[in-house]
Formats: sequence, structure tokens, C-alpha cells
Amino acid sequence: MIETAEIEVLGNKDTRSGFGEGLLEAGKQNENVVALCADLTGSLKMNAFQDEFSNRFFQVGIAEANMMSMAAGMTIGGKIPFTGTFANFSTARVYDQIRQSIAYSKKNVKICASHAGLTLGEDGATHQTLEDIGMMKMLPNMTVIVPADFNQTKQATIAIAKHEGPVYLRFGRPKVPIFVQPDANFQIGKADTILKGTDVTIVACGHLVWKSIEAAKELAKQGISAEVINMHTIKPLDAQAVIDSVAKTGCIVTAEEHMINGGLGESIAQVLSRNTPTPQEFVAVNDTFGESGTPDELLTKYNIDTPDVVKAALDVIKRK
Amino acid sequence: METQELNKIASQVRRDIVRMVCECNSGHPGGSLGCTDFLTTLYFHEMKHNPANFSMNATNEDVFYLSNGHISPVWYSVLARSGYFPVSELSGFRKLGSRLQGHPSTDKNLPGIRMASGSLGQGMSCAIGTALTKKLNNDDSIVYSLHGDGELQEGQIWEAALYAAGNKVDNLISTIDYNGRQIDGDLDDVLPMGNLVQKWQAFGWEVLEMDGHNIDEIKATLAKAKSFVGNGKPIMIVMTTEMGQGVDYMMGTHKWHGTTPNEEQLADALGQLEETLGDY
Repeated sequence: MIETAEIEVLGNKDTRSGFGEGLLEAGKQNENVVALCADLTGSLKMNAFQDEFSNRFFQVGIAEANMMSMAAGMTIGGKIPFTGTFANFSTARVYDQIRQSIAYSKKNVKICASHAGLTLGEDGATHQTLEDIGMMKMLPNMTVIVPADFNQTKQATIAIAKHEGPVYLRFGRPKVPIFVQPDANFQIGKADTILKGTDVTIVACGHLVWKSIEAAKELAKQGISAEVINMHTIKPLDAQAVIDSVAKTGCIVTAEEHMINGGLGESIAQVLSRNTPTPQEFVAVNDTFGESGTPDELLTKYNIDTPDVVKAALDVIKRK
Repeated sequence: METQELNKIASQVRRDIVRMVCECNSGHPGGSLGCTDFLTTLYFHEMKHNPANFSMNATNEDVFYLSNGHISPVWYSVLARSGYFPVSELSGFRKLGSRLQGHPSTDKNLPGIRMASGSLGQGMSCAIGTALTKKLNNDDSIVYSLHGDGELQEGQIWEAALYAAGNKVDNLISTIDYNGRQIDGDLDDVLPMGNLVQKWQAFGWEVLEMDGHNIDEIKATLAKAKSFVGNGKPIMIVMTTEMGQGVDYMMGTHKWHGTTPNEEQLADALGQLEETLGDY
């Protein structure tokens, strides 16, 4: 059996609450930070910012297109707008507004998107966006960040306020284990290697990072040494971290709460095919919409849970 | 500025427009000619701005958004003639490597432009955002936006209309280019818009009307609109215009919305428009 370094669980919280705390902190650090919300203030945990900085909080109603273009306009004069709504309404519903007024126009807008992926749960497929990472990473000038837990989401929120340019920040609804240290130094575009290993590389983002840590523990029991990398920034991608890791392990699993088309795995496949072709297995939703259910039921049914990461690792090792 | 001077500038701007679209055989002359008197008056008479030293943040400057970005020729000409960039650059319109993209963009750092436009319906929201920032910054300058009448068919316009009135965005003066025509035909045939004045009034805006080809009236209406700033309502000017104004064969039809003149037609048009400031 292989020993894995024990990852301490620091608590259990939703990543959206990390956003709420981070937004409040960013607001305290910089008076130019403003926030806009499309009638989901409670869901996005933006109440603390609203209470503390009522003159810098803009309730736009259920009008996401107006919100995105307004945010772009607010940058003229130096404001740093953070928009808040569900991930589906932060992307698909307003893609053209983001494309023209934010990405193409290079505006310093932070698009903050909650309830992403299947773990939104019972609301079903209308609200479970699994395409958003793909849509946003395809836009030139856009930075795409998918933090893994409460602490990292808070740190990422504070970090993007200091970063000049359009950012898409994706987080979620359910409570998940906290394992990133509260004083960790979040760096946009710099992957975190959480576990070092030699037999297989597992690169994950968002909620699948914890699942991958669990998978690594299971693999260790079977004598397999897995390296787990938290790729919290999808774009710009830390290509070197991937190349260096597969040089050691010779195979890779990518894991994400997103469609197989357009996600993290696809970005990594592009890096590998150009630099060092490597066997890769994808843990992702396979070209289908979700449905209603509990988050755990959905992760199981759509094959993006811990056992799926384990199976993908075993499969990809055989392809070496 | 005296009306006589503004009329001279407008004539030159119209020459620029037809020459630009003819040279690249592309672009939208009809709406551009229809908004020439308005944009000339706005930039040369009304707006507080600094063409020699363009700044994206526009601190203590008025800001203008062209929401109907396809009439870029008139905006480019007015910007160049105002001194934002060399008039000679107008010859690059819609050509590879030029800063004068088919629709306005910030991508190539053309002075005078703060937001890409062209995909319709977005500029009023952008203008509201900038108006809010001006309020936060205690900057009492004004934000202007221009929209096509056909553009009002976009739903986002009405999201913006609701927001601006509901939140007392009263440092915003929007104008509709009400020429009654769009690419596929007359507005009333494509999608009837009903009574625009009543619509905007019902949405809670202060609404003014003007003839978009009478520069004295444009000056007076803009002055009146400005007097309403700070009164708790966003301001809308419904501006009646003629698509293709100034070139006889382009008037009275929607057909020159996105069609360009050939060399012979260009000569005809230029014969109707006095060269007052020198062609580019």
C-alpha cells in the first residue's frame, strides 16, 4: 500500500459563501469594487456586501443582459464591477453581451457565477449549466477560474479584484469539504499540486478536486501512486504543470463537473497533443443534459464521482 | 457654435460618409447620413469632451455611446473632424489593418471609442453603467446614447428602459433615430413599434421630440434635455430623420441602409454636398 499525505479537512462549506466573503473583503480593500445582482442576492451570498456598501450595490432585477452591459459601462470611470447570478444566466443567456461589451472591449468586469454544474441539484437541467467553461474559455481576453473549495473561492474573489481584465469565476451551491489553507496564496494561472505521485496524474477543477483526492486515497490502497493537481485556472492554463507531471507519470486523468466538450479536459488534451502526446481519460459529463436529483445522486448517475476517477485512473494506466 | 458653421461641417461629414462606403464598397450610408446633423451638433456644439487627449475613463467629460454601431461612418467622420484622430485615417474604413473597423471597437485603440457596438440593443445598458459610475464619482458630466428605431425591437433595450427610470438615472440623454426604416423595409412592415413617444413616457422617461435635420432645433432640444438632468428621470429624445438625408436618390427608401454607391452614384452624391473643410 502507498502512503498518501493526509489532507486535513478544515470544514464543510459552499463555495458560493466563499465568494460572498471574498466580495466583502474585496469591497473593503478597494472602494472601486461595485457589485450587480439579478435578483439572486441571497443565493449568491452577496448580502454582506450589499449591507456594508449599499451605494455600491446595484440590484438590476431579472434582466441579466442589461446587467452585463451595465457592468461593462461602469468600468468607464474606473469601477471594478462584479456581476452575480447563476452560472447558466451568467453565460449562455448573455453570451453576446459578454462577447461584445466585456471580452472584445476588454472591460475590467468580473462575471461571478454560482450554482454551476450538476450539483445545483433538484432544479434540473434548465439551471445545470455544463457548457459554461467552454463558452467562456473560447472568448479572447477572458480569464476562467474554477476554485475548488470555500477558502479558495474567497481567495480567488479577492485576487480577481486586483487583476486587470475580464474574468469568469465559477463556483457552486452545495457544501463541500474545505482543504485549501485559509492563508494560501492564490495565484491566477498557477496550478496547485496537492498530492505528489508517480503512476498517474489526476488534474481536476472545482468540486472534482476533492473527489480526486478521495480517488487518490483509494488508488493508494491498490498500490497506485497518484499525483493530484488542482487546476483552478482553466485559462490561462498552467501548461507547464501538466507537462512536468506527465513526464513523471506517463498518463493523465482529467476530472470536472462540466461537459466533456469544451472543458478542462479538452484544454489539457490540446496542451498534451502539441507537446507530449499522453494517454488521457476524461471524467466529465458525456454530451448529455442533467436532470433533477440530489447533488450526490447526480454525480453518481452522470459518472463524475470518486469511483469514476478511480476507474479512469486504472484504465489510463493500462494504456501507458 | 453658429448653426451656419455646423451646417458646413455636416456637409463635409456627409461627403466623408459616401466616399468612405464607396471606397470599400461596404457599410451603411443611409442611417449615417440621417444622423449627421445630430452627431455634428452633439460633438461640435453640445458635448464637453477632450479630443486632443482621449481618456478611456472620461473623468469630467461627457460620454457618447453609438448603440446602432453600423452607422460607424458618421461617427468616424465626426470624431476625425473633431480632432480625435487624423482625417486621413478615414480612407482605411473597413480595410485590413485599419483602426476603423466595420463596426466601432476598442480593440485597435481608436481614440473616441469606449465600447464595441454593432450587435444591437446593448448601448443603452452600457450608457446607464457609465452614468451610474459618474454619480458614484461625483462627476456631473452627462452620458449620451444613440439608438436606431429598429434597434428598439431588441428586448434588452426595454430592460435598460425599466432600469434607468426605476433607478432615477437622470444624467443620461438617449436619442432614437426615428427614420421609420430598417434593412428589410419600413419599420411598420417589419415589426410595428406603435407610438414611441407614449411608450417611453409610459416607461417613466422624460421624452422630447425634434426634427433631426434642423440644427437650430437640435441645439434647442439638446439644451432643453440638459436642463432636465438631475430631475430624477432619464431623458429620451425621439428624433425624426430621413434615412439618406442629403443625397436625393438615397432618401424615401430603406434600400440604402446597407447598400453603397458606385463611382457614378458617388459623383452624383458629391455634387449635392458642398466640400467645406477639404476631403480626406
